[in-house]
Amino acid sequence: MSELSPLLEVSSLSKRFGPVIALRSADLSVRPGEVHALMGANGAGKSTLVKVLTGVLRPDGGTIALRGKIRVIASPAEARRAGLMPVYQDPALIPDLTVLQNLRLTGTPVEAVRRWLSELGMSGIDFGVLTRDLPPPSLRLLDLARALAAEPDVLLLDEITAALPADLTTRVFDVVGRRRAEGRSVIFISHRLAEVSVFCDRATVLRDGETVGVVEPARGAEAKIVDLMLGPVAADVARAEAQRAPIRSGDGPGKSRLEVKNLRAGSMLQDVSFTVRPGEVVGVAALEGQGQGELFDCLAGVRKPDAGQILVEGRATSFRHPYDAIRAGLVLVPADRMQALLRQRSVRENIALPLVSRLTRWGLINVRSERRRVKQAIERLQIDTRAQAQVRRLSGGNQQKVSIARWLAAGFQTLLCFDPTRGIDIGTKRQIYVLVRELAAAGSSILLFTSELAEIPLACDRVIVLFGGRVVQVLPANVADESTLLRAAHGLAAEAAS
Amino acid sequence: MTVRRYFQEHPIVVLSLLLLLLVGVLEAIRPGAVTPNWFRTTVLFAAPLGILAAGQTLVMLTGGIDLSVANVATAAAYIMASNARHGDLQAVLLGLAVGVAVGLVNGLGIAVFQAQPLIMTLGMALVVTGGLTVYSQFAVTSVPSVPGFIHTLGAGTVLGFVPVSLLLWAPIAVIIVVGLRRTGFGRLLYAIGDNAAACRLAGVRVWQVRLVNYTLCGLLSAIAGLVLAGTINTADLGLANTFLLPTVAAVVIGGTSIFSGSGNYSGTIIGAMILTVLNSVLTLLDAPEPIKQILYGAIILLLATAYTRVLSDT
Repeated sequence: MSELSPLLEVSSLSKRFGPVIALRSADLSVRPGEVHALMGANGAGKSTLVKVLTGVLRPDGGTIALRGKIRVIASPAEARRAGLMPVYQDPALIPDLTVLQNLRLTGTPVEAVRRWLSELGMSGIDFGVLTRDLPPPSLRLLDLARALAAEPDVLLLDEITAALPADLTTRVFDVVGRRRAEGRSVIFISHRLAEVSVFCDRATVLRDGETVGVVEPARGAEAKIVDLMLGPVAADVARAEAQRAPIRSGDGPGKSRLEVKNLRAGSMLQDVSFTVRPGEVVGVAALEGQGQGELFDCLAGVRKPDAGQILVEGRATSFRHPYDAIRAGLVLVPADRMQALLRQRSVRENIALPLVSRLTRWGLINVRSERRRVKQAIERLQIDTRAQAQVRRLSGGNQQKVSIARWLAAGFQTLLCFDPTRGIDIGTKRQIYVLVRELAAAGSSILLFTSELAEIPLACDRVIVLFGGRVVQVLPANVADESTLLRAAHGLAAEAAS
Repeated sequence: MTVRRYFQEHPIVVLSLLLLLLVGVLEAIRPGAVTPNWFRTTVLFAAPLGILAAGQTLVMLTGGIDLSVANVATAAAYIMASNARHGDLQAVLLGLAVGVAVGLVNGLGIAVFQAQPLIMTLGMALVVTGGLTVYSQFAVTSVPSVPGFIHTLGAGTVLGFVPVSLLLWAPIAVIIVVGLRRTGFGRLLYAIGDNAAACRLAGVRVWQVRLVNYTLCGLLSAIAGLVLAGTINTADLGLANTFLLPTVAAVVIGGTSIFSGSGNYSGTIIGAMILTVLNSVLTLLDAPEPIKQILYGAIILLLATAYTRVLSDT
């Protein structure tokens, strides 16, 4: 076998779910010792391809060859034996067991995991703690170390960097990249173009379940990847929209819609004050676990603050239930889409959920009025409704749109968006930011936390930076470039420029 | 593949065919057994189970369960019968009140105090049974008797072969089937069964829905108890106690997921009919009681397994 013959060769793989074609004809060729990116818009078929490769789904057609030999991968265990090891988006650890117990459960060699963890710069993890008590980034790295300990030929990383801060991302690629020398390969799925162009050797782009190109991501290849992902027409539209979306810098001094005073909750949120005016988009920038989760939960009525005040239109409020917050006009789009959605119910029922009581007369739902409102919201967000009978069948981006569409249908004054673009393709991201600007232009207020700092100047008027549960800086969004925000988010720059 | 697809989309049709098949088996074993009179007795026995399983369907749709339905039915019937001397209407209202009260307590425990439905309703089942025994020993002075119109309701016939109990069961069934599909309350039951946390985030006050739901289940259990007392024309302390597991079986055979979020009462109705017919087939076989039990259990297992296999995806 020559050096250049592919380690993994996938040809014309197809998979359909009822009427929905998830994979039309996917090709993928991974060389030994290669870090290979798998890119595509939401619903392009990336996740399906990974699930087929790891034995979770059986393909309808096509072949998978490993080292030149055609293999049928019928179960996850078989995929592992064949040398294909996945690390999924969600941690695959049992929260009520300790780290050690989790490792024993899967028969993973503990010493190897420890070694990989220390290579990843995480030697500090105590194997005796319950995994539920570990922060998300540690869980991701633990999952990764566990996969590495199996010494797989091909490691499949599905969106692993989505929950990681920038320095850990670099570390992950460092460690993973070192395996190239041994002829081992990595398939890397990410929506972050910057990472792909820096760390990956080649990228395969999927669109509508089909491989549309293989790109060597040298400098300047980002535009090409985006064009491939979106397809000829959509790419033009997206570019035009990105340029059209006007960024204003708030409405100047005026009445505040939402005012937060000295809010404190739990051990994370210490003392946070800020205001949001009508028609204003306020960004929240913070590293993982600086109190932003508690802040959004308090504002949405999910939990009660320990101290401080939330004023809506100048009036003090006390939310005992999300119902109270919604009545006051504050609605939440949570980070985890599945937290907000009814997986087995239809798009219509999901969108109409907050509306049920309002649509009901003498107990009966007014179906016509429900249909009308839902249709408007679907059209406004351009939700792909081919698989609308069950929301779990939709792609991640469309699910996110459904959880936003719900509030467009129900109405609101302040939208609380918690990392709305996590794990979403670039086309949908743009749609969401254009929507945010349109909503603000129509007078809504928006509080937006995002883990992708580069997005803040795109969508926000102002940005507040949280560190250690306090506001450490307030900036106009147009001067908030990534490096400024990153420094502030690490608590480095204290000179406020509000 | 296509059969499976059809089953997935129209489980009710396939269940009905299964029911017809069972009736066919019955007729084959004992030619001439299936008569209008057979229909009458089958519905007479299916009605209390069907009404009892209605409440069970409602709570199982939300991911809960009510293990006190049979005990509530017994208590409602017994308290009605032992208060017959105060007047028929008062006796019936008293019986129904027992159901509402126990359902309300179940609902409070589960919806407000966050008790596990399994534990809460199991506990209440014991409390109800124990309480009823104490009541029967200390408070009952007259011989329990079933009011005449309740007996007619449970055992009477109109137009020659239509049981009167069907005239009660049918409207209840229509209200529940239509209610689940078209009312906001029905919509919320499915939504809560799918993801209660998401409902809360969307501003739904889940606890209110649950409270009403368990109360409704208690009321339906009481109604079933009264009908059953009417059918047998007596009420003792163990009247409906063997009905608990059949209600769960009827719901599961009818296609309501134990993990909730999907199902309907129309399935439960067929499920209750299937169980009742199965019982009469086994009775006609003249098999010894243990053999009957084994067959009964095995067939339920088979049905439930087939169901989950066919309905699960890919």
